[in-house]
Amino acid sequence: MTRVVGKGIPYIDARKKATGQAMFADDYKFPNMLYVKFLRSPHPHARIVSIDTSRAEAHPGVRAVAIGRDLPLGFGVLPVSPDETAMAVEKVRYAGEIVAAVAGETEEAALEGVRLVEVRYEPIRAFLEPEDSLTECAPEEQIHEHCKNGTNIHKIASLRFNDPEAALEEAPHVRTLKFRFAGVTHAFTEPMATVATWNEDDGLVVISATQVPHYLHRTLSKILGLPLHRIRVIKPALGGGFGGKSDPFPHELITAHLAMKTGRPVKCRFSREEVFLNNHGRHPTDMTISVGCDDDGKIQALNADIVIDGGAFGSFGVVTTYYNGVLLQGPYRIDRFGFRTRRVYTNKPQCGAMRGHGAVNPRYAMEVTLDVLAHDLRIDPCDLRLGNFLPSNTLTVGQLRITSNGVKDCLLAVRERSDWDRRYGKLPFGRGLGVACGFYISGSALPIIWNRYPQTVVHLKLDFDGGVVVYSGASDIGQGSDTVLAQVVAETLGLPLERVHVKAADTRHTPVDLGSYSSRVTFMVGNAALKAAEKMKAEISRAVAREKKVPEDTIMFTNGRVVSEDGGLDLSWDDGVEIALAGRGALATSGWYISPKLGGDFKGAGAGLSPSYSFGAFISEVEVNPATGHVRVVKVWGAHDCGRALNPKAVEGQIEGCIHMGLGQALSEEMRYNAGHLLNSNFTDYRIPTALDTPEMDITIVESNDPEGPFGAKEAGEGPIHPVLPSIGNAVFDAVGVRMYELPITPDKVLAALKARKNAEQEQVS
Amino acid sequence: MHRDFREETERKVEPAVTEAVKKRSMMEVEMIVNGVSRRLLVDPFESLLYTLRERLNLTGTKEGCDQGTCGACTVLLDDVPVLSCLTPVARCSSRRVTTIEGLAENGELHPVQKHMVETGGIQCGFCTPGMVMTAVAFLREKPRPDEREIREAISGNLCRCTGYAKIVEAISRAAEEMQS
Repeated sequence: MTRVVGKGIPYIDARKKATGQAMFADDYKFPNMLYVKFLRSPHPHARIVSIDTSRAEAHPGVRAVAIGRDLPLGFGVLPVSPDETAMAVEKVRYAGEIVAAVAGETEEAALEGVRLVEVRYEPIRAFLEPEDSLTECAPEEQIHEHCKNGTNIHKIASLRFNDPEAALEEAPHVRTLKFRFAGVTHAFTEPMATVATWNEDDGLVVISATQVPHYLHRTLSKILGLPLHRIRVIKPALGGGFGGKSDPFPHELITAHLAMKTGRPVKCRFSREEVFLNNHGRHPTDMTISVGCDDDGKIQALNADIVIDGGAFGSFGVVTTYYNGVLLQGPYRIDRFGFRTRRVYTNKPQCGAMRGHGAVNPRYAMEVTLDVLAHDLRIDPCDLRLGNFLPSNTLTVGQLRITSNGVKDCLLAVRERSDWDRRYGKLPFGRGLGVACGFYISGSALPIIWNRYPQTVVHLKLDFDGGVVVYSGASDIGQGSDTVLAQVVAETLGLPLERVHVKAADTRHTPVDLGSYSSRVTFMVGNAALKAAEKMKAEISRAVAREKKVPEDTIMFTNGRVVSEDGGLDLSWDDGVEIALAGRGALATSGWYISPKLGGDFKGAGAGLSPSYSFGAFISEVEVNPATGHVRVVKVWGAHDCGRALNPKAVEGQIEGCIHMGLGQALSEEMRYNAGHLLNSNFTDYRIPTALDTPEMDITIVESNDPEGPFGAKEAGEGPIHPVLPSIGNAVFDAVGVRMYELPITPDKVLAALKARKNAEQEQVS
Repeated sequence: MHRDFREETERKVEPAVTEAVKKRSMMEVEMIVNGVSRRLLVDPFESLLYTLRERLNLTGTKEGCDQGTCGACTVLLDDVPVLSCLTPVARCSSRRVTTIEGLAENGELHPVQKHMVETGGIQCGFCTPGMVMTAVAFLREKPRPDEREIREAISGNLCRCTGYAKIVEAISRAAEEMQS
């Protein structure tokens, strides 16, 4: 019986956020602070002929100006693609790239300074569509020199197991379908903000809206030429990330540089337009998928060819390139499997990691294709899926190790709760149900930066006040990681939550954690916290056992007390602490997490490896107006296997948030460009769902109890998004009989599909 | 619909504002902010959001877009919810402004705040201040709302974390508590 873990308790910082006391990056202010503003490129692709900053520098309110050659070193979140600089050096690669930065006494003065910087450009051919980037071009037109064969292809990833092409030849039922996905962006509510201070005593202190203080720490060190120990990165309260605050960003490097240059605090805060231009969102994707199955709907082979549009720089793109393929290996058994993904550079804001990283678009394609096959074979789509699931404790064809697996329970739950068997295929025209499944990693087993350190370390500190402080580099970005760490430690030490305090994401005080992305925090940091707490328990037990003369292994920590199994010992926590601290005054322990060695020994075997995988199944019900083409999602039933819900309320919140974000990409969200210029860099034109657009939700948490997760837990933050989109697409088919192969499913696309179907029917008649 | 900001400012407010606008000089406003009278020198063109965050250090009110599209900056002006990023402070003279910092009384949270905390209506918390202020004003107008009415009331407040489910639940529970 657990007391703190498994309870749906409020987040430990919720009260602070409800009263306006939580400090976000833009809420920090320092005496004598300067403000920085950026000059951004008006061209998608152009050579910089000259930059003249003299008029800006002469402006009375301007204190410093920076341009590309001040910070010329390349960087990128992945060590394999350091293709970005803090500001454009010789040329600009997208409309919106930072060309110069001005620090002024006020925001107005900085803006005035920006207007006074004079840049002459010489435009180059812009590559705006991914197909143009696949072919050879003139060397001077290449977006990056390092692309091979004179193209703008950034990365090709391909894996093939057991000749999938031959299997598709042999399979009695094969569907080959083409899909197209628009780019979408995170659209978190808090714009980026960074405040940097510099002095000889403290070194460089950077407070920034980041999901990964560690990568920012490393990148600052490299670009500014400062040793790591002279830099402190602090993540304050963070207003949403979803992957969009996980790269080190130019504005962070520039703000730090200007603080060092002027010796004064410098603040940068983005306008909403700048947030959109910074992007790093989901890659626009073109995909052809072939799936073959036998007469019973058993999947025999899958082959996919994918092109993803990376925009101007690398970001997480190499990982995305692999994830688009490798994360099709589940949740179904597919023994003959292959894919090729090509990521291209284009002259648009770069794409990177976004909730469900790399697997959302291919999942849509896979689940819609399965629905088509089920329809071809006249098999219920739920039954077809049930006949193909991977079991627990198995390896996929590419040797991803599956441990706990609750996908079947997920599907059975939503099938029953939505009354699927009675209603699917039988609802009146315009109303429909659709189903889809998914799976996702609980953290990447391989770190991005190769070294011998663990993926995370947690320190615990106990001293005379009897409170336990958890020091962790993990970043609470609104997903509740601080709360979960407090719960894990409180549970292990048998303490009420108020006795546990979390100090997180401050690189001078907290040990390294690789950050809040790839759904790794609960699993990896939770395990490290558990280990540290077990060690603390052992230390206190040893001291109490010695003093009270009871066997050490009979001592338990429960209900804020230190007791022996037979009841002979019964101390308050504080008395136990006093004994443990006698003669030493304080106690500190550490725990860490290192992923087990996993995977095959072929090139690309590391992609998609995780110590554990989450699973899920969703059913959506939609209403489609055949006259307007408008799709309304009426209700979504979502079941997700998170191993064990350490905080069920938080897990529900993650699933509900995934439904919101999935719904947005499915129906309304799209980064739209004209001649390389982003057209909809605001919330009026880039439409995320409002409270009225978001449907009723019915959430089921499935607990498969993972053998390696802390208290059995695995991820819940990203996996639930994958089935949302295809369940909506499949429901549109059930409602009005047309397949949607392009996202977002806007009214014009629905109307065009209905019209095309009508024309085809008429042709058949005549 | 484009409104001429300056014209409207000149038409509707007192001569002191007009004069400040013409001279491009600072002007004085006096507002009751969270129950306390504040006399301030402001730029006649600055937004109420700027005044609150930058001059009064009331940073609980958030700037999510500065374009009137996200609702994060919602405060109450004479008990009416307004987008403070679009509200010229020059028009707030002699008026009452309530921000998220002014909602709890004697350390006791307003029922909307309390239920936002307890139901899990807060994840990252950035939309929370605006969401709470909208809900507080709404429940004064409509003490017994149904779910649809709650959703309509907060449809101008964007949240990217929660899918709104637990926010709607929190507002509904707050309404119940305020009834009893």
